[in-house]
Amino acid sequence: MMAHVVTFVSGLLFALGLGISQMTQPQKITNFLNFTGDWDPSLLLVMVGATGIYFITHQLILRRPVPVMGIRFQLPTRREIDRPLIMGAVLFGIGWGMVGFCPGPALASIVTGNESVLIFVLAMGVGMYAFEVLDVRFSMEPDGGAGLLPRQSVGKT
Amino acid sequence: MEHFTPISSLIGGIIIGLAASLMLFLNGRICGVSGIFGGLLHFKKGETLWRFSFVAGLICGGLLLLLYHPQSMAITIPYSGPTVMLAGLLVGIGTRMGSGCTSGHGICGVSRLAPRSLVATVVFLASGSVAAIAVSQFMGGQA
Repeated sequence: MMAHVVTFVSGLLFALGLGISQMTQPQKITNFLNFTGDWDPSLLLVMVGATGIYFITHQLILRRPVPVMGIRFQLPTRREIDRPLIMGAVLFGIGWGMVGFCPGPALASIVTGNESVLIFVLAMGVGMYAFEVLDVRFSMEPDGGAGLLPRQSVGKT
Repeated sequence: MEHFTPISSLIGGIIIGLAASLMLFLNGRICGVSGIFGGLLHFKKGETLWRFSFVAGLICGGLLLLLYHPQSMAITIPYSGPTVMLAGLLVGIGTRMGSGCTSGHGICGVSRLAPRSLVATVVFLASGSVAAIAVSQFMGGQA
């Protein structure tokens, strides 16, 4: 039970990090991606900060046999660069670059009640659901970058 | 909105890294927002509560920002409803097809030097740049 609830703190901290770095501002994202304009390298520093910390901490954490509140570590194990990975990243990037929203900041900004945010989150949910329904292989696909599906552990390495 | 904000970006990034570390330390999982949220769209025993807690935390964090750091939540989106809807659909489909987004691939995967995440991150940065430039050049930023 506790293991399921502690993730709240992670989500809360994640949102605060997004807000402090202003990654909740779609213009900060588009001003980074559009390097032909008045380039804003802020996103690069967010990435440096986040990956810098996680690069160190994940190695220390993985020295433990198990996580503090879980039964085992559940990390993506696949290594192959396949078509869904590339196509998915292309499509995600296009949507991200169009308006400057990715899932984290969009969900954290729901509370603003901003109409565009709500439309985006709703469409994102529909897109995720549609993909899941249309792609039968989905249930077989370990979720390489994110949450875990039951068959994750048998993913090819 | 300030243009380049190196200090707050670095601090915010470190906090995001700590949030992802906490998820791994306590719950043993990768902190990928699209995967966590996507997994909520169908109920599965033992797979719903922790996802719900994370998303609830994300939203409550947004609420704290709204109350105590409102300038980060002063969001202006100069795009039409259909454009925003199309972008949302693409993000939804793309993150599930490609197994991750900026957090799962861009932060956790890149830090772990996972080949799939490194490739995905380069690809979505590239296609994101093309899209952002196209919207700004051909539609005057008013798509």
